Amino acid sequence: MSGFPILSLMLLVPLVGAVACLMAGREGARMIALAVTLVDLVLGAVLWSHYQIGGPQWQFQEHASVFAGFEWKLGIDGIALLLIALTVFLMPICIGASWNAIEKRAGEYYANFLIMETLMIGVFTAQDLFLFYIMFEAGLIPMYLIIGIGGGADRIYASYKFFLYTLLGSVLMLIAMMWMVNEAGTSDIPTLMAYSFPVKAQTWLWLAFFASFAVKMPMWPTHTWLPDAHVQAPTAGSVILAGVLLKMGGYGFIRFSLPMFPEASAQFAPLIYGLSMAAVVITSLIALVQHDMKKLIAYSSVAHMAIVTVGLFAFNRQGLEGSMIVMLSHGIVSGALFLAVGVIYDRLHTREIDRYGGLAINMPAYALFFMLFTMASVGLPGTSGFVGEFLSLMGIYAQSSWVALVCTTGIILGAAYMLYLYRRVVFGVQKNEDAAAMPDLDAREWAMMIPLAVAVMWMGVYPETFLAPMRKDIASLEARLAQARPKGDADVQLAAMPPAAATHEHGDAMEHGEQAAHAAQHEGAR
Amino acid sequence: MELLRSLAITGTEEVLSISGLILLLAAAWGGDKASRAISIASVAVLTVCAVLTVPALTQAAMGPAAVAWGGQFSGDAFAAFGKLLVYIGAAVALIVAPAFFERDKAMRAEFPLLVLFAAMGMGMMVSATDMLALYIGLELNSLAAYVMASLLRSDERSAEAGLKYFVLGSLASGILLYGISLTYGFTGSTSFAGIHAALAGPLSMGAVFGVVFVLAGLAFKVSAAPFHMWTPDVYEGAPTPVTTFFATAPKVAALGLLMRVSLFAFGAQPGVWQQIVIFVALLSIVIGALGAIGQDNIKRLLAYSSINNVGFMLIGLACANQAGAAAMLVYLAIYVAMSVAGFVAVLMLRDADGAPVESIAAMAGLSKTRPMLALALASVMFSLAGIPPLFGFWGKFVVFQAAVQANLLSLAAIGIAASVIGAFYYIKVVKVMYFDEATDVVTGESDMAQRVLLFVSVVAISPLGWLVTKPLGVLAGNAAAALFHIA
Repeated sequence: MSGFPILSLMLLVPLVGAVACLMAGREGARMIALAVTLVDLVLGAVLWSHYQIGGPQWQFQEHASVFAGFEWKLGIDGIALLLIALTVFLMPICIGASWNAIEKRAGEYYANFLIMETLMIGVFTAQDLFLFYIMFEAGLIPMYLIIGIGGGADRIYASYKFFLYTLLGSVLMLIAMMWMVNEAGTSDIPTLMAYSFPVKAQTWLWLAFFASFAVKMPMWPTHTWLPDAHVQAPTAGSVILAGVLLKMGGYGFIRFSLPMFPEASAQFAPLIYGLSMAAVVITSLIALVQHDMKKLIAYSSVAHMAIVTVGLFAFNRQGLEGSMIVMLSHGIVSGALFLAVGVIYDRLHTREIDRYGGLAINMPAYALFFMLFTMASVGLPGTSGFVGEFLSLMGIYAQSSWVALVCTTGIILGAAYMLYLYRRVVFGVQKNEDAAAMPDLDAREWAMMIPLAVAVMWMGVYPETFLAPMRKDIASLEARLAQARPKGDADVQLAAMPPAAATHEHGDAMEHGEQAAHAAQHEGAR
Repeated sequence: MELLRSLAITGTEEVLSISGLILLLAAAWGGDKASRAISIASVAVLTVCAVLTVPALTQAAMGPAAVAWGGQFSGDAFAAFGKLLVYIGAAVALIVAPAFFERDKAMRAEFPLLVLFAAMGMGMMVSATDMLALYIGLELNSLAAYVMASLLRSDERSAEAGLKYFVLGSLASGILLYGISLTYGFTGSTSFAGIHAALAGPLSMGAVFGVVFVLAGLAFKVSAAPFHMWTPDVYEGAPTPVTTFFATAPKVAALGLLMRVSLFAFGAQPGVWQQIVIFVALLSIVIGALGAIGQDNIKRLLAYSSINNVGFMLIGLACANQAGAAAMLVYLAIYVAMSVAGFVAVLMLRDADGAPVESIAAMAGLSKTRPMLALALASVMFSLAGIPPLFGFWGKFVVFQAAVQANLLSLAAIGIAASVIGAFYYIKVVKVMYFDEATDVVTGESDMAQRVLLFVSVVAISPLGWLVTKPLGVLAGNAAAALFHIA
């Protein structure tokens, strides 16, 4: 496999497909789009199977200096691999979701999707800071068009909001990147990840990156574009938005903010905690009172992403691994939920919860899948949601039990709004004749639901498959963060003991003896 | 020998003036019927001139070795870079013109001649190394431009544009001339090298006034805020091919002039003009962005967009170093491509009778009626907004990178944040074309020449443009190095 530019190929295939889609009619375009996304899925599978777990940190590296100022430099580690896998896995399902729903201007629509795929894979593979930025920012155009062309009544407002919010978030990041490259003398991401920026500058750099990733993520209170965008976007647009685009924010934190500015990350961890706690509680409560199914799921996304951010800023392995699993799980589950909404929206053309009811009677198979995804969203053991949320919350518990306490209420509230949604839509009486007459899943919908269901169960029952590729990368990130880790409330008791004993006894548990000593000194100085 | 060397350095100016005079005779003889032949001949002349300048891009001598006519003129790589863009802009204006004027039977034989003489003036502007040569070049270009703006005699707006341009342009020339006289008075020289040497010593207040007046006059010529008021009216009123010309060639020439004057003549005292340039840059970005929001005419919108873009280019100048100048030149080259693409696309917006469509509302649903044209315009808009992967982003990128390297962090941060305001109206145009219901106004056929030009320029600003970043960077770097080569 060495030497074969598989990553470039994965970027090129959808791009070629996009051009072909523009030329083709509706039938042709959707066939091309499906074929292209399946090819990329196969390539993604090849990529995973050739990825050496425990091998070098950066694999499949490619390098060509064709541009001035930055370079075409690709490569992946385990974290990127998983997110690429998520992308290529969701894309064919998105095309499937649009199969009958998109009638007008299908060529443009599918072309936009394929361009999105290229750019998303590009974001996760870029190893040059500016190449990353270009991929990251370029996604605005196709997403703007997807929301604007395919969306509902208020699509124009939503598309503006999406575009301008995310643009404003990322332009400051560009200035920060330029400063970093100027300071470090290279735009190579792996080098920058090991570079120690002056602590004072880190504060500003961190804030600039935060502005971008917080909007993308989205973190409370910059999340308001998300419900609008989701509600207005077509089903497949929502799937890709929730499934992959939101993960770019988390990926940004894990790839840039944490390893490049560890001290600033520690300094701002309380800010992240505060915003995340607010997000978990507030958006969950907002989700409880929604009448629109998509809006409800959109708000639940914000709450789930808050679990991701607290996990990332827990500065320990459980938190980091948990965040990654939540991201993957949320990508699949929220995608599946939007798909489930799309299935009934295609039949009744409304997302009003009150218009449905008793779907378990006429759509039993649908009810079963919907149940599975609802449970995964709630975080039922055995589903993917549980693994990620448990690890994240465990990680943050080691750092701050209060944050863990508040964030755990999100699980309870999550159960409340999801089960309430499920009860109103699937159980109860059939109050609407149109809804009662809806047919159950057809073959196409089965084909979309089954892979998602399998993925959800797999990740819930045997998460090792997904943990193994990234274990080494998470470990190196943890080591990088160790010196900057803020003192959590779990450390306090340790510090009360004599320093020597603390180092000796808890050296293993902490993995870094010096850190315990450091914490002890800190306590001693008080 | 000195004479021959000087003649060789100003070769393109000689070709332009001699062929311009010959074609003038042809026009006098043949009348407007000959306009087509004269246009073709003019484009050929411009092409020859462009080819002649190409070797100088990389091989030109620098500093005193490149100076001709006793210090009046420089044939360095910077001049070559500017001239090349100027000739391209002028040729484009000539190529797109016939189809536009055909409908009103308004194609006149003077038009290509005016473009030729203006091109010669602009060539002088970018290569002048003396205040008087500069002024002659500037006026030669401006006088031709005033006439061109009012070329459409039957159209009131065109006459208005010409008059406005003339009155305000003369005022600016006056201010510039006053600044030149002050500079001469306090430095004792009109040559850039002399001024540079004189300013290197202690600075007198009078010289500062001179610098300020010269910059104010030039700011008018590049349509930077707060001297931008004429731009929307002139851009709207002038016939569209002429607007295409205004947005490209004279802008390049005036910005080149501004660069040479600031960085070379006033180069010894960057602190004096740097703050002015920073102020003008930020004001242009903000006014260009805010002013465009309310516009419903696409030409006015593009006029504000050009004010906005000049602001971004001036950020490169504000760095006052070689990297900044190179960045500015890269932006300038990309800006020419974007302007050509934008205005040619506007030229192609015609209704069923072939009358030009300028209202943005009439472009509704263009993506359904004319998908390729809509795609081209959308590329232009995203490119002007500086959204990657379109090539317009690269211009902004290099300029901001230069600013960051020069440690002008707050300027860069404010400038880039203000660019988001600009993005609003650019995506508004895309929204009208892509999201609104079709109005079927734009149904007219397009001219083949315009199609080809549009295709070429859109390819240049498309992601394929990234492939030329290296050579473009080298050329701009050479040109900027020539500017700083002071022996």
